[in-house]
Amino acid sequence: MVKMTDLPTKGGFSFDLCTRNQMLLDKGVQMPPFRKTGTTIVGLVFQDGVVLGADTRATEGPIVADKNCEKIHFMAPNIYCCGAGTAADTEAVTDMVSSQLQLHRYATGRESRVVTALTLLKSHLFSYQGHVSAALVLGGVDVTGPHLHTVYPHGSTDTLPFATMGSGSLAAMSVFESKYREGLTREEGIELVAEAICAGIFNDLGSGSNVDVCVITKGQTEYLRNYQLPNPRTYISSKGYSFVKGQTEVLSTKITPIQSKVQTVEGGDAMEE
Amino acid sequence: MENKLSGFGLDPTGVERRTFLEEGESSLKQSLYSLSLSLSASLYLACFLLLSLKLGFILLLLSIYKMDLDLSAPHSTGTTIIGVTYNGGVVLGADSRTSTGMYVANRASDKITELTDNVYVCRSGSAADTQVISDYVRYFLHQHTIQLGQPATVKVAANLVRLLSYQNKNMLQAGVIVGGWDKYEGGQIYSVPLGGTILRQPFSIGGSGSSYLYGFFDQAWKEDMTHEEAEQLVVKAASLAMARDGASGGVVRTVTINAEGVTRKFYGGDTLPLWHDELEPTNSLLDLLSSSVPEPMST
Repeated sequence: MVKMTDLPTKGGFSFDLCTRNQMLLDKGVQMPPFRKTGTTIVGLVFQDGVVLGADTRATEGPIVADKNCEKIHFMAPNIYCCGAGTAADTEAVTDMVSSQLQLHRYATGRESRVVTALTLLKSHLFSYQGHVSAALVLGGVDVTGPHLHTVYPHGSTDTLPFATMGSGSLAAMSVFESKYREGLTREEGIELVAEAICAGIFNDLGSGSNVDVCVITKGQTEYLRNYQLPNPRTYISSKGYSFVKGQTEVLSTKITPIQSKVQTVEGGDAMEE
Repeated sequence: MENKLSGFGLDPTGVERRTFLEEGESSLKQSLYSLSLSLSASLYLACFLLLSLKLGFILLLLSIYKMDLDLSAPHSTGTTIIGVTYNGGVVLGADSRTSTGMYVANRASDKITELTDNVYVCRSGSAADTQVISDYVRYFLHQHTIQLGQPATVKVAANLVRLLSYQNKNMLQAGVIVGGWDKYEGGQIYSVPLGGTILRQPFSIGGSGSSYLYGFFDQAWKEDMTHEEAEQLVVKAASLAMARDGASGGVVRTVTINAEGVTRKFYGGDTLPLWHDELEPTNSLLDLLSSSVPEPMST
């Protein structure tokens, strides 16, 4: 039996349990639902740059885990990335590539390019063969111009003038296909993106709450968090929700003062080599 | 069984496969690429630093892409790709539809990818797999061109694709057609289907839409066509396949490669011929309804 040298584990996803998980699934054991961003994310290219949009609902199976989460992630000052799929995966992969881009900026002394982020993302996702469930819409403006790409969990990419991803992508795509044209102005672009996200919010169960928009142009990026709030809370009590002291019956009271166990000593010996 | 998988990567040298066969074990092991086998060791190590190949467990994923919607999409190479030679070069053609199950993810994709100035490849099968293969081969060919001092031959390009495809056959779903022009052999078409066979042919078809074209080509193909004839043949064939195959559609893109260089052409949906039972494109069905005004009855 040949024993190979034990290389230290490099961290990241471990495929060890995949066969056992598959066996459990075959036996009928359900996986606990992990938090996904069943989502609507969109991007489009307009005359001066790109506009990205996303809804803000994060779901855990049938439950809304977060009513106002951020799905538009920072990659570089001129590049942003919307993420759909498993929330942990999209966060982790965009954070990782964002750090790699920053190191690359220090090494090259130049502004990051969208294709760099794209290549880093696609090679990472391909090497995990689709197990990192992150479907992304990557957009930005660099020296070569505005770019918009979609990245699928298996590592394939597409370059498009307008793109949608996530469970609400069909609803959003219908809006884009009817109304998109080349050479949109900034206002038209933002309005179209907001309309597409709203289509996803109202017609897809996995998307909801508010609309986030991010406009990237040469030299300037505007992150419009909660650009639209089409789902306000209705039926708010006019009396408010404050609870006055005395409304709750106190059964017993016990007060334990916290004693300090740490003593601080002034002065002391200097550290020696 | 040691399970120290740290990532998936393609194995161009075949080291992993050779050691697997020699030792007769099915255990998963970490491997360092043997220097003597690679074209240029340091370059390989540089590219594959983080990639070590694992055999064995990989769940063969049947769908082409994974999205929230359809995790068990049917196995298919949703595409039509064609490559034909003519007197003076080659014409490569493809449709533009990439599908995820029943949804069209991209209706205007470009499936004809450049490997070098004079060699292009038509991709079918898993988009991720074929994109990665093209990227690797473009990189290897670039180095090869520098080392050789002259443009790479189509045969070398096709063989590099074939090596990657064959040595990773368990993990990849890629059927490609490599076509190009070089000064030694002129225009050449090499077919590299699933499994990693390499076959030089005067013309080749691939993808799910190709099933509908075998008979057509048997009848319509002839040796020594002119450029116009070859181009028309490719466009006609692609539109026929797109009419009958659900997984092909969109627009037709062609690339012509000859001694003068490379020409890309685009044929929009409205320029393609209509076949049996295909309707004229209209902007809105409401036009049809409003245009037919019933004539007043007359005695």
